[in-house]
Parts: sequence; structure tokens; C-alpha cells
Amino acid sequence: MTDLTNLTLVEAREGLKAKKFTATELTKAHIAAVEAARGLNAYVLETPEVALAQAAASDEKLAKGEGGALEGLPLGIKDLFGTKGVRTTACSKIIGNFVPEYESTVTSQLFRDGAVMLGKLNNDEFAMGSSNETSAFGPVVNPFKPSGWDDAKAKAALSGDKKGLLVPGGSSGGSSAAVAANICLGATATDTGGSIRQPAAFTGTVGIKPTYGRCSRWGIVAFASSLDQAGPIAKTVKDCAALLRSMAGHDPKDSTSVDMPVPDFEAAVGKSVAGKTIGIPKEYRVDGMSAEIEALWAKGAQMLKDAGAKVVDVSLPHTKYALPAYYIVAPAEASSNLARYDGVRYGVREPGKDIIELYEKTRAAGFGREVKRRIMIGTYVLSAGYYDAYYLKAQKIRTLIKKDFEDVYAAGVDAILTPATPSAAFGIAQMAEADPVEMYLNDIFTVTVNMAGLPGLALPGGVDANGLPLGLQLIGRPFDEETLFSLGGVIEDQVGRVSAKRWW
Amino acid sequence: MSVDAATIRRIARLSRIALPEADVPAMQNEVNAILGFVEQLDEVNVEGVEPMTSVTPMALKMRDDVVTDGEMAARVTKNAPQSEDNYFLVPKVVE
Repeated sequence: MTDLTNLTLVEAREGLKAKKFTATELTKAHIAAVEAARGLNAYVLETPEVALAQAAASDEKLAKGEGGALEGLPLGIKDLFGTKGVRTTACSKIIGNFVPEYESTVTSQLFRDGAVMLGKLNNDEFAMGSSNETSAFGPVVNPFKPSGWDDAKAKAALSGDKKGLLVPGGSSGGSSAAVAANICLGATATDTGGSIRQPAAFTGTVGIKPTYGRCSRWGIVAFASSLDQAGPIAKTVKDCAALLRSMAGHDPKDSTSVDMPVPDFEAAVGKSVAGKTIGIPKEYRVDGMSAEIEALWAKGAQMLKDAGAKVVDVSLPHTKYALPAYYIVAPAEASSNLARYDGVRYGVREPGKDIIELYEKTRAAGFGREVKRRIMIGTYVLSAGYYDAYYLKAQKIRTLIKKDFEDVYAAGVDAILTPATPSAAFGIAQMAEADPVEMYLNDIFTVTVNMAGLPGLALPGGVDANGLPLGLQLIGRPFDEETLFSLGGVIEDQVGRVSAKRWW
Repeated sequence: MSVDAATIRRIARLSRIALPEADVPAMQNEVNAILGFVEQLDEVNVEGVEPMTSVTPMALKMRDDVVTDGEMAARVTKNAPQSEDNYFLVPKVVE
């Protein structure tokens, strides 16, 4: 039998339907692959017993010709999603022992449709980071090796300090690495400033941040509530579409989730894009952009043109202000959301002589450095005397950023094409000495999309001179993920999949 | 605008995060790097611009004013570091 972990999610679904293999066989193959890939540190908790029980239930349904849209398909779940009875930590020490009494809406919908859970995936602590290095469980290793490294050298580093190996992006680094390493058929992820799209770009995978409101945020550990959205990372555009269909939908428990029908996203893949108008925003041609990224972008535009789309230059004048405004809005919301981790209701507690000291010592011991800094920045920009100068101003700039997109869409543009990241994956510990702003620049092309609440799809556009994946990003109109899937399908047909060769 | 060490201590206090004195200078540098980065927003004229309150314009849905959840104190306190009889335990707050 061929290695079942090499299948795409859609191929596995067809194979189950045709009874070429069982859900239990498919799940066992993935459990073995997960165990063999522990060095990558993609999973922070493996749940093989849950997976096998779910697979057995799926096999019963499949045998009767029943079952949901994702029946028997093994997935990885980012550790930001609350999973009932299964430890959920947001990869932070402060809730390192938290076992939810509830199931997030997104995961409950995946299980409703028959999905199998292999385990919980690593991420940056509270989803704050762009390299998965802020996780309390340590960094995740990108399945793509650094240029010029042979398998032996990479393996040695894997069992050592991991330095020199590449990051898988962040914050959904466990999700992107697990999909790229074939240790799940697809994964859940979340995106506040680029946390689905940047890791997808770094690992040759496909990820979509849907329109704000498409997926319920209920039961997902909150970072910045006006920006957070859940979405899938998967091996192909079609796999992504299939997963999003199950993840999306109105939820009365999240007042910001929209009550509109969930389209058959998969049907959009393969649809003609002839006559679509694609905008190329000149402001994304940033200073110091590498010739490789520039060429990748032009190649992407040409592929869409060849498929009959019209490519036009557009302007999004406030682009450069999105990242600084984000670093006011996101920490402000985080400082408020993370106030709940106080050592009283859940998580760890450090004793103190009074309640204030208990809070202070608990939070000092429980939060990592990046998280503490963001809480402090957020506290500062919301504090008396600074609110208008920082927070209110940032929210006004957000209005202007959104208006930039609205103007372009009103002029007849259907979607916008940009690079997903300014570079390919960098090395673990490479940014350790850099100031925080350098790390933040990773999100320069993705963060605008969160600020405007739009859908954004990242997918492989090719590889750089070292053979590392480079990603393209398609930005759509609100609630028009279907156009992104159609356009993504066209690019994927030409580029093909960008896969890592197994060495770990 | 940059902040001094006293402000860093004050923000840490407001944030309820104990910050050892030895960590103050590094935190001050990092916070100032970020505040320096966001300074470029001063170039933007925001006169007459409404601050964003909702990224997706939508009316908040109303529902019937009925109890839909509750009666699960044991489950609510299950993850508490210290609890007794379904209450959270904390050091004495009121004298």
C-alpha cells in the first residue's frame, strides 16, 4: 500500500469512500508518522486514543455509506482551540494544565462532520509571534532544510539545540509544519496579523484567513478579538476549501459571527477566472524587496493573466501605516483579554501575601517575555492621557486602511495579488538579538488584511534560489472567499505543490 | 515619544506583572523601540475620520431574554488552582 500520509485530504476522502482503506488504517498511518516526527516538535500533545476511537466510529458510518464531509480524516488542532477534556494551553505556562470543560465551536463542527483529532499543535504563546519561538514548548522545526544541509547534519541539529534549522513561521507554526511534514491531512489555525498566511508561505502549504465573522471565535483562546479569525492550513487549495466549509458558519455564542449561508467553497476551485480583475498594489513594492520576491509576484500575475484575468495597478495609500497601527490595536486588545489569567480561576498560581502580589507573581512567572511586553504596551496605550494619542488614532487609521480597499473594490477589482511575506523562512534563533520590530516586519504584507477584516489566501508561488518555499497572497472582497479559491486553484495548477523531502 | 524607567515600573504595576529591577532597562529599550516604530502614524492626517468600531458592519442580533446556560459551578471551578465547595479561594481581600 502507498504511504497514506502522502495523500491530500480530498484524495483520502475519495479513498475512504471507495473503500480502498479504512479510517482506522489512515489514522494509524498518521499516528506512526506523528511519532516518527517528534523531533520537529509540531505536536505539543498527541491524542492517539481519541483519534483511534473517532476513526472506529467513522469506519462504522462509512461502512453503512453514511458519514459527514470530513468523515474519518485525521487533523491536527492548534493548541489555541479549546478541546473538551483535552489539555489546551495556548502554549503558555500560565494555563499549562488547563483542561477545558467545553469544545470550541470550530472544532465541534469539524467533529460533527466526522474529523479525527491526532493531537494539539504547537504555536507561539497566545499566538504572539511570527516564528513559533515564543512557545512555552519550544520552537517548531520547518520540514524544509536549510540550503546545503544534508540529512545527517539536519538530524544532528534536530536532536541538539535546533539552531540553524528553519522556523515554520508563526504563530500557527505547529499547524504549518505538521501539514508540510505529512503528519496530518490538514490543521486548524488562527490569524490575527498573519498567523495563518505567513507560516503557510514558509512551509509550502496553503492557508486561508477568512473574512472576519466567517468562523465563530467561541472557545478559541482570545488574543485580539477584533482581528482574530480561525481558518485552515492544508496541503492544497481544495483541501483548504473543504476544511473551511466545515469550520465556518453562524454561531449564536459569538455575536461577531455573521449569519449568512456557507457556500460550497470546494466548488469554486477549478472555476474559470476569465474576466476577473486583479489589482497589484504598488505600495507592497517595499524598499529592499528582493528580486526573487519581485519575480515571484510578477509570475503570479502572469499566471492569472494567462487564465483570462485582467491585471491592473492599484493603490492602497495607507498600507505602510497598517503595521504600526496594528502594534497599538493588537496589544491593547491583548492586555484586556489576557487580564483573565490571574491565578484565580484557572492555570497556575504563585502565592503572594495579598491578592495583588498573587496576581503580579503569577503573571510574572506564567507569561513569556513577548507576551509580557505586549500586555505592557497595550496597558500603556490605553492608559489615561495616552488613549487618544495612540489607541483612538490607530482605530482612525484602521478606518482609512479599510477605505483604501473599499475604493479599489468599488473601482471593479475582484481580488488583490501580493507576496505573502518579504522573505523565505529564516533560521531558529537567528532573530534572537534583533529588536522586536524586525520580527514584526514579517507580517507587513498580511496585517492589512486583518485590519480591514478581509479574507486572505496564501499559497505556494514557487521556491527561492535555496529551494525554500515562497508564498503569494490573494486578498478578496468581504465574504468572497470563493473568488480566492478559484484564483488560488489557477496558480496551484501552474506552480504545483511545493513539498519537503522527508529527512527527520 | 519614549518612556523612562519609572513609567516602565508603573506600566508593569498597572499590568499586574512583577518586573524585577534588573529587567527594567531591557524592557524599557524594547518598549521604546516599538513606540518609536508607531511614531510614524503622526504623519497621517486623521481629522474628521471616524475611529473603527466594527470591521464588519452588522447589526447585533437580539435574542430572547432567557437563561440559556448555567448551573455548573463544579465545572466552572474545576480548573481553579484552589477551590472549595465550588468557590474560588484567594487571599483575604476585605479586612
